[in-house]
Amino acid sequence: MAKTESTFRNMVLSLTLIALGASACLGFVYELTKGPIELSILNKRLGAIKQVVPDFNNNPDEEMFRLPTGEGDSLDIYPAKIDGNIIGYAVSTYTNAGFGGHISLMAGFKPDGTIINITVLSQKETPGLGTRMTESKFKDQFSGKNPSDFNLKVKKDGGPVDAITAATISSRAFCDAVQRAYNTLEKGGLK
Amino acid sequence: MNQLQNFTKGFFKENPILVLVLGTCPTLATTSSSLNGLGMGIATTFVLVGSNVVISLLSSLIPDKVRIPAFIVVIASFVTVVDLVMQAYVPGLYEKLGIFIPLIVVNCIVLGRAEAFASKNSVLSSFIDGMGMGLGFTMALGVLGAFREIAGSGAIFGYKFIKGDGILVFILAPGAFFALGYLIALVNRIRKT
Repeated sequence: MAKTESTFRNMVLSLTLIALGASACLGFVYELTKGPIELSILNKRLGAIKQVVPDFNNNPDEEMFRLPTGEGDSLDIYPAKIDGNIIGYAVSTYTNAGFGGHISLMAGFKPDGTIINITVLSQKETPGLGTRMTESKFKDQFSGKNPSDFNLKVKKDGGPVDAITAATISSRAFCDAVQRAYNTLEKGGLK
Repeated sequence: MNQLQNFTKGFFKENPILVLVLGTCPTLATTSSSLNGLGMGIATTFVLVGSNVVISLLSSLIPDKVRIPAFIVVIASFVTVVDLVMQAYVPGLYEKLGIFIPLIVVNCIVLGRAEAFASKNSVLSSFIDGMGMGLGFTMALGVLGAFREIAGSGAIFGYKFIKGDGILVFILAPGAFFALGYLIALVNRIRKT
């Protein structure tokens, strides 16, 4: 087949056709993957909630509500219930003070404000240093502590938190995110 | 050139990373572990094969003066498909590779093969060329990732075989340059003999 000549008509026509074909294919793939993508995001969220609060028998995702942080935005709160009685809250909290910027955590609290467990949803910290915040050696020290009498500060700043070696900024950021979750719950009158 | 040569040239003789030194940006960034490297390689291979086939099919219809925008539209569509599919079915890997999946669009290997090979050759040759180049790219990334993972965290495919940490610098950005530099030097040494 002879090569199409580079006339204006041919150029416009061929680019239009290729763009049309490409967008049709993409639309099709988008429709196909939309469901699975939503499902995988939901499963990830439910998995994180299950890690930070004890067993529950409601659907925290459906009962999710938002509380203002007092800093101009709000956090998602997932209540965990057994037969309608609140046994804890999973708070999707964040900080922008990480070494790599934004970090988001899921923190579980008992109704009295005691931390149950914390899990990291996303972070961009330095591999091998700040990324250790995802390991239980660091984050388990928060379990069972109540921020009302447990000062969320690393030892360098006069608090009781053991920072990750060579990653003080990441450790501070972690505390900041947990503090934000606690403050929001407190302000919302939920503890 | 017979098809077997066409297929295997990407493995060693014209390996896109180790000999042509194309697409080093995603190479350096995504090879912090062997699995990440392999995942990135497979995603790129899919895009490379798909775009090579479609471009060689369309090449006689595309006027020369608009061939680059036309190629980019085709490549970008394949990348978006990979992006959506990975997000849906392998969310863990998708999160780790992050921005580098959409950036396959600007990977010079993909456009380079479209321009230098697929637009001038038959559909079958282009398919084989895409497979060969893609697998060569995947192997290079896998080897680099495995080396960095072994040296940097004392693990392979996520299984730790030493206690504690390895040589951390190999996981970080400078280690990527060290490892790639030595790998290229090694391949050059073998090629010259």
